[in-house]
Amino acid sequence: MSRALRLPRLTFWRATFLLLVGAALYATYLRFFHGLGASTHLTDQFPWGLWIGFDVLCGVGLAAGGFTLAATVHIFNLKRYEPIVRPAILTAFLGYVLVVAALLFDLGRPYRIWHPLVMWNPHSVMFEVGWCVTLYTTVLSLEFAPVVFEKLRWRLPLRLLKVVMIPLVIAGVLLSTLHQSSLGSLYLIVPHKLHPLWYTPLLPIFFFFSAVMVGLAMTIFESWHSSKAFGRHIELPLLRRLARVLAVLLAAFLAMRFLDLARRGALHHLAGPGSEKYFFLLETALFAAPMLLLFQSRVRASPRALYFSAVLAIFGFVTNRLNVSVTGMEAASGAHYVPKWTEVVVTLAIVALGFAVFYVAARYLPVFESEESVHEAVGAAAEGERIVLRGA
Amino acid sequence: MSSKAILFDGTQCIGCRSCEDACCKKWGLEYDEAVASDERLSERKLTTVVTRGEHYARRLCRHCADPACVSVCPVGAFTKTDLGPVVYDEGRCMGCRYCMLACPFQVPAYEWSKALPRVRKCDMCAERLRAGLPTACSEACPTGATVSGDREKLIEEARRRLAENPKAYDGRIYGLSEVGGTSVLMLSAEPLAHFGFPANLPQEPLPPLTGRVLSFVPDVVGVGAVLLGGIYWITHRREEVAAAERGAGARRENHE
Ligand code: SF4
Ligand code: SF4
Repeated sequence: MSRALRLPRLTFWRATFLLLVGAALYATYLRFFHGLGASTHLTDQFPWGLWIGFDVLCGVGLAAGGFTLAATVHIFNLKRYEPIVRPAILTAFLGYVLVVAALLFDLGRPYRIWHPLVMWNPHSVMFEVGWCVTLYTTVLSLEFAPVVFEKLRWRLPLRLLKVVMIPLVIAGVLLSTLHQSSLGSLYLIVPHKLHPLWYTPLLPIFFFFSAVMVGLAMTIFESWHSSKAFGRHIELPLLRRLARVLAVLLAAFLAMRFLDLARRGALHHLAGPGSEKYFFLLETALFAAPMLLLFQSRVRASPRALYFSAVLAIFGFVTNRLNVSVTGMEAASGAHYVPKWTEVVVTLAIVALGFAVFYVAARYLPVFESEESVHEAVGAAAEGERIVLRGA
Repeated sequence: MSSKAILFDGTQCIGCRSCEDACCKKWGLEYDEAVASDERLSERKLTTVVTRGEHYARRLCRHCADPACVSVCPVGAFTKTDLGPVVYDEGRCMGCRYCMLACPFQVPAYEWSKALPRVRKCDMCAERLRAGLPTACSEACPTGATVSGDREKLIEEARRRLAENPKAYDGRIYGLSEVGGTSVLMLSAEPLAHFGFPANLPQEPLPPLTGRVLSFVPDVVGVGAVLLGGIYWITHRREEVAAAERGAGARRENHE
């Protein structure tokens, strides 16, 4: 074999990735040429599966770091977090684009995805979510646009965006608050179907709260990964602070969750029959473990332990959302739902695509090292220190 | 015209499945042994007789007074008509299947095998009712177990049957008040829960559960915008003041 023809080395991960892409292409063919019946295990009794439960409900939540950090830096003016805003916004933007991609798989008639924009039903939570997600994805693209413009050195649009940035950020926070909570409201209409361990009038509040939590966890997660991938040093002091906030939020979430169960008299379900309680316990453990870990400064001091705790919290979040959308809905529907391989493969491919695009974008765009923002951040940090010194 | 209803009396049903047959004919669906023996609603049949020993019940869309499907559909593909039927406009539907999730009676079915699927459910023969005809199922019923007519009159009729023959029934008129009342009324010898119908339905309509939350949206936007704007102003004001002070300080130094 001649040297010129040598292919890139086939590592384990590359092989896995190729395999996944191949399988996902076949699954896509099945979905669009043979219908939802051939490509999913969905039934009349169980119309929402993995693509809604994970790709949409989790995807939107996992992208919540974008609005949380945008608000922290631009509204609350905590400038020290500036270096991690851009990656968070990139994550959010990719997250929403991928959610829409997943929806195109799930909708029975994907080419009508725009219908809610012109055929209104303001009584529908789904209608509200549709509008908010559309608008917020637009906001995110504008929030991320400066990164692209900087790369291209387009000064005028940069200046224009700067003028509208604050109203944009405010709009983004409001839209996120609305649809993050509304994803929970979707289930308010099924008090008779969703298991009492998860059905509560507080669903919208829990969904919002858990989205903020997982947004922080995702920020830690992606900082760790990008520091590995790009050999950057990790923003440890920042992440440590975020981790402390995350621990407090986790504690508050668990407290609210159990108070709510007690108030509704649903605690006895933890002793009753059915397998739901085990899933509830799993979810609770996956929230409680990172909380206990992150309350210790020793854990927060180690990037590895920090990362591990964030991953636990992310798993807790995913378990919670799948419990609402799958575990909690099974008993009443009388159906047992296990996703078909096609559903799993499409989901994995979408996640992998997210990682790949993030990597490429972070590599070729000034996501991590905007000149301006770094200067500002350094300046702000110095300022902060001065204030502290003066105060002392 | 006053609001219409279907009254199904399980004690008069002989399980002949003529209603299923007639319904499939009306929708242009094939009806054979395989379809007949599957006692679930599906894209292949929009009503079904459910058997439990010697007793029968019917599954079909209940045509709720305040239907969950109408309220949840993001594109307004469902409409509750004046006469009672809840009808579906396939031209709007994008196939999110929220209606299927939300329906308390697990009625809407989906065309899972089609490339361009639709939601399928009974429309209470809205066209026929408007023309003053009975529904296809009540026309086909040989015993009068299924009849259609004015809702008020049928409620009266149901009450009369319960009063005249209390032992034959479990004592309830299904559809009078579940989820706020429905346009399909049912009488049964034993609780419908025994046939696998949901037993835990509230007596109030479901849509207000989400409506209440949605009514907060304008407040969240208004109050939220003011709040965030205010926070922005305060947090950045401090900075401006600091900058101004620094500037003043520098000027003073220059003067000296
Ligand atoms: S029974 Fe279900 S499909 Fe029929 S009107 Fe009520 S909510 Fe809609
Ligand atoms: S599947 Fe169609 S009819 Fe049902 S809620 Fe979605 S858009 Fe409306």
